[in-house]
Amino acid sequence: MILVIEQILNGLQFGVMLFLLAAGLTLIFGIMGVINLAHGSLYMIGAYAGTWVAMETGSFWIGIPAALVAAALTGFAIETLVIRRLYTRDHLDQVLATFGLILIFNQSVTLIFGRQPLFTSLPGFFEGSVEIIPGLPYPTYRLLIIAVGLLVALGLYFLINRTRIGMLVRAGATNRDMVRALGVDIRLLYTIVFGLGALLAGLAGFMAAPILAVQVGMGEQILLVTFVVVVIGGVGSIRGAFVAGILLGVSDTLLRAFLPGLLRQVMTGPEADALGVGIASTGIYLLMVIVLLFRPKGLFPVGS
Amino acid sequence: MMQRKYLLAAIGLLVLVLVPFLTDITGQSSMLSLATRALIYGIAAASLNLVLGYGGMVSFGHAAFFGIGGYAVGILYQNFNEQTLFLGLVPGTDQMLLTLPAAMIVAAMLAAVIGALALRTGGVQFIMITMAFAQMLFFLFVSLKVYGGEDGLIIRRTNDLPFLNMRDKATLYWVVLAVTVLFFLGLRQVINSSFGAVLAGIRQNERRMEALGIPVFRYKLYAFVLSGMGAGLAGALMANAMRFTSPDMMHWMKSGELMVMVILGGVGTLFGPFLGAAALLVLESTLSSWTEHWQLGLGAILLIVVLGSRGGLVGLAGRIWSRK
Repeated sequence: MILVIEQILNGLQFGVMLFLLAAGLTLIFGIMGVINLAHGSLYMIGAYAGTWVAMETGSFWIGIPAALVAAALTGFAIETLVIRRLYTRDHLDQVLATFGLILIFNQSVTLIFGRQPLFTSLPGFFEGSVEIIPGLPYPTYRLLIIAVGLLVALGLYFLINRTRIGMLVRAGATNRDMVRALGVDIRLLYTIVFGLGALLAGLAGFMAAPILAVQVGMGEQILLVTFVVVVIGGVGSIRGAFVAGILLGVSDTLLRAFLPGLLRQVMTGPEADALGVGIASTGIYLLMVIVLLFRPKGLFPVGS
Repeated sequence: MMQRKYLLAAIGLLVLVLVPFLTDITGQSSMLSLATRALIYGIAAASLNLVLGYGGMVSFGHAAFFGIGGYAVGILYQNFNEQTLFLGLVPGTDQMLLTLPAAMIVAAMLAAVIGALALRTGGVQFIMITMAFAQMLFFLFVSLKVYGGEDGLIIRRTNDLPFLNMRDKATLYWVVLAVTVLFFLGLRQVINSSFGAVLAGIRQNERRMEALGIPVFRYKLYAFVLSGMGAGLAGALMANAMRFTSPDMMHWMKSGELMVMVILGGVGTLFGPFLGAAALLVLESTLSSWTEHWQLGLGAILLIVVLGSRGGLVGLAGRIWSRK
């Protein structure tokens, strides 16, 4: 039972991470209609910049603004130089161009930082673990990630639902052309949304850094799952991204943790492990197929 | 004008036939394997283009069919080698005249299942659902230890064809070239047929075609299955050329690569995907021989192609042509 709770917490932590990435992606997708494959690169850039600064200065906390600034600046540059020219193009051109961006970013990072993964140490206070319920020590840092993720979700909720910019964002997700026709400076709105998405991606990257290895290709690994989250949640829906992110994070973690063990009861060890991991990996895709077959626009469709 | 076109095609074909001699003279035997792979990827990209360019269905999971074609060859060879029956029913074989059709049939069945489900959605959801099916297949083959799991299957000898020595690289190239030409002629037939016209109509306006009384879903499914068969054929040839098949053939990056080839060459054009496949492979190999960081150059070139030109290489060639 304790083990299940621990794995659910792990899933929650993975889930909020997915949410941080998916929130930006779903807005960029829903409002600007751009498929941005390079979103994973922003995550990677946040991780590299933050970790590098943290290593140089010896302070984890200075790494945070560094990660945010680096990701936001890169996002800003991408938007003005490349993405802006792609708004009117079809999805295929966007895929090809942002795929090109991935190659460029991956190689540039390799050139600057080399192929060796970077590792950071945790800030002193968050190194240990706390006993949240009796008999279950849980790493403090993972709790911090969950807390930050939930805070960001709350902040985004207020931003989207209570402010003027949020109103424009919602309007843009529902009917882009109408917002433009009403005389809103859509260009500025796009830049803000893209920058916000980049900021969140950078934050996710930096927070993931102490848990995962910071290496080239980390962006593509998580990008695909993020797209799955966006599509399950409904393109353009922050709420959908949150629900789908947590859902996928928890179910993926639980499947990976317990399926091989369950299979081992009916099969021999190594084969059960291989098959269990295989099926667990397909879990999220299967979930998406099922959701889409019954709700073709995702769980929380926008603009219908 | 018409005759000029045929003349051009004849010259192009002649050059392609002579490639093994050219690489022999210049002593660059690695170029021959590159040319073989370019032809095979051309088949796969052209198949994808049938749904993507002509039918307007953006499939992000064509690596599934490519990979299943490869595995059909690999698994049949393994069963042949061990003298066992696949699933206790089907004997293995190393005859190309059997393995290629088998690969196409398996790919067609897979495409029928995936297409029937995926075509219920559209737009971005269609992109993602086709990708999801391919990923599920990828992880399935990763976890199947019987067929090598992550490491894939090694095919010790290229499939045999009667009267030919398939271990000779040049013979293999010519066989692949012959299959490519046949495939190309077949594809042209399909696209110029009434079926192709209906498909183009569906791409332009689905509801109008529906109103004309055309069973849109069925037509789209036919196109998807045909396209899957083509990709399966390419996968089977690739398994023969590399004498190896692995889950990487089904990975989503492979689907992306096929898509890049189509867009680079020119979406919805007959020659485009073949040009795109050749251009991407040649770019990769030349850039990687110059520098370890060749992907930087490739990324920049992709960006320039997208931002600077519409309609890919074929569009570019067309504009140069008409400017004359």
